[in-house]
Amino acid sequence: MAFNIYDFTTLTKSIHEGLSSQFSPTATLAIEWTIVGLAYLLFVALFGLFLVYAERKVCAAFQQRMGPMRVGPWGLLQTIADFIKLLMKELIMPKNADKFLYNLAPFIVIIVSFLVISVIPFAPGLATFDFDIGIFFVTAVSSVGVIGILLAGWSSNNKYSLIGAMRSGAQIVSYELSVGLSLITMIILAGTMQISGIVEGQRDMWFIFKGHVPAIIAFFVFIIAGTAETNRGPFDLAEAESELTAGFHTEYSGIKFAFFFLAEYINLFIVAAMATTVFLGGWMPLHFGEFESFNQIMDLMPGLFWFFFKVLGVIFLMMWFKWTFPRLRVDQILNLEWKYLLPINLFNILLMAAVVLFGLHF
Amino acid sequence: MDELREVMITTDEIKTDEYLINMGPQHPSTHGVLRLLVQLEGEIVHNVQPHIGYIHSGIEKMAESLSYPQIGHLTDRMDYLSAHQNNEAVALCVENALQVEVPDRVKYIRTIMSELSRLASHQLWWCVMGMDMGALTTFFYGLRDREDILDIFEETCGARLTVNYSIPGGLMFDIHPNFQRDVKAFIKKFKTKLPEYDRLLSGNVIFTERTKGVGFLSKEDAIAYGVTGPTGRASGFACDLRKHRPYSAYDKVNFKEILSDVGDTYARYQVRMAEMWESMSIIEQLIDNIPEGDYAVKMKGVVKLPEGEFYQRVETARGEFGVFIVSDGKKNPYRVKFRSPGFSNLFAINHIAKGWKIADLVAIMSTFDLVIPDIDR
Repeated sequence: MAFNIYDFTTLTKSIHEGLSSQFSPTATLAIEWTIVGLAYLLFVALFGLFLVYAERKVCAAFQQRMGPMRVGPWGLLQTIADFIKLLMKELIMPKNADKFLYNLAPFIVIIVSFLVISVIPFAPGLATFDFDIGIFFVTAVSSVGVIGILLAGWSSNNKYSLIGAMRSGAQIVSYELSVGLSLITMIILAGTMQISGIVEGQRDMWFIFKGHVPAIIAFFVFIIAGTAETNRGPFDLAEAESELTAGFHTEYSGIKFAFFFLAEYINLFIVAAMATTVFLGGWMPLHFGEFESFNQIMDLMPGLFWFFFKVLGVIFLMMWFKWTFPRLRVDQILNLEWKYLLPINLFNILLMAAVVLFGLHF
Repeated sequence: MDELREVMITTDEIKTDEYLINMGPQHPSTHGVLRLLVQLEGEIVHNVQPHIGYIHSGIEKMAESLSYPQIGHLTDRMDYLSAHQNNEAVALCVENALQVEVPDRVKYIRTIMSELSRLASHQLWWCVMGMDMGALTTFFYGLRDREDILDIFEETCGARLTVNYSIPGGLMFDIHPNFQRDVKAFIKKFKTKLPEYDRLLSGNVIFTERTKGVGFLSKEDAIAYGVTGPTGRASGFACDLRKHRPYSAYDKVNFKEILSDVGDTYARYQVRMAEMWESMSIIEQLIDNIPEGDYAVKMKGVVKLPEGEFYQRVETARGEFGVFIVSDGKKNPYRVKFRSPGFSNLFAINHIAKGWKIADLVAIMSTFDLVIPDIDR
């Protein structure tokens, strides 16, 4: 049977049928879970490495330098070399650290990232979970990650870590609101919380165009709050190199540090993927209402391409402002959320409700 | 200003225990081995106690067993970013003591080199300022332009950082034939690059929010603490020695003393940015008019100062740098004392940073433009 790059349903179905004919239903399920788990592990590891490389190259471009160039062609193997270095490094634990919590913290952070990634639809038929409260699941699970950061800061027995963790706690709990509310704004437009439904609703036009003004506002709020939630610059107060050396992961080394590092990049991907799915049409190609031939050309490109094209675009945007802006101060970051983003968001929900109610959207 | 500080303290009604945190000796924002013992309540700084001495190299004591021309070579290891100005201070001090009049050519070249050093120093300060605020890109923009100045230094005297160019009696070597051309090319290029600095950092909303109205130093306090240089001038303290006690060729050029009466972090930033323009204007006025002549006067093989006390101050990139030499008529000084700008400036930090947040402390420290060997000597 032909491999369809446009729709993965046939592929997954044939795998399922093939396995069912050989094994019992329980064994089939177990094998499928293993395959899916391994696929995610592989994806996260490779994409994480790619993002680290991309970040270095992007930041190098902004800073008028070349970035890694020595290991492999154009430094392509640099991040792999760095990863091997991190794996082989000694794991140092500070004296009087809370041993159990200290070891637990990086796992909480990385597991949460994996959980969220499981609902993201990469292409037609390429999503693990698709339940009717998909968006709710994303916001609920992603907020658990802060526990890992708080534990890391608390158990390290280091004042820098503690300050970083407390900052991060205050920041993530606050920005959680904006992320949730901007998603709710889009749910009003979509009329469903099921992620496949949201993507399907954007077949003719992406929501950012369909919902025009309120959708664009929601998009910007989501990008700002999403960046804040991933603890990336200009909201990297939890790390704040020049103030707190490395913030909550000051005392972590080797693979445990790598977990925090990787989780940061997966979270970056998650925010970009959610922005893509909810605002930019997920894996849907770019369509302009009446231009039939244009739409058909766009349809030629597979969903996987569209998804990653948009995700990388959003990631580039987030890297852009990380490498341009200075860091905010802790009181300013909370002011921004509670005094500006939140009221804007609440007003925006009303606006979106009015737009949907009176059918003012395209 | 004091009210603002009080508001910040009193609005925090939740009282927690104060705790101490050691910033340094190894810390990204102290730019060297400076240790700040910071007393914090939550994020708010209650007390900052600088501890110095981690890089103390005993230059003053060493100078007692060296001859006068040799002392100059030690001074560019102190404030390595104002190396030329430090050399110049020693050279001027010895020349004044011996009442040697150097040719005009020497004065002009010294002034140009001083201003180039100031530019290079301010560029590096700008890089680091951005980095301390979390904008890492500034670092590469500043270093890119600083490279041109260092190339000019290298061509002139072979060294890029510790230049060793001014010696008692004149200069080590004459300028390179390309010197004027290169300096003019640099000025022309940097005039287009400096507005880029403003676009990247000065105009940024986050940057202005973090620096405006933060970390006040009043004029009275600046004078009381002996805060000089751009840091003092941002508080309205007219302390530019180039203007008030002109030396070398500063009496032959037209330039403004940059003053601000605000005294906050943003004012200190703006004063340095404006000083870069002034430095370029000074260089432009001098570069085409370097008179012909010798690049040094003939000095005796062994320089002996007459018995007495001699003091010379110059304006380095950080403020007032003084050389005090007590001579007993021998070839070595009896005692040498350097008045370094960084030392006096640093100890005003507790006064300024009290009541502000840790992030503000870092920003305030950054506008002080500290060079630790300058403080520790």
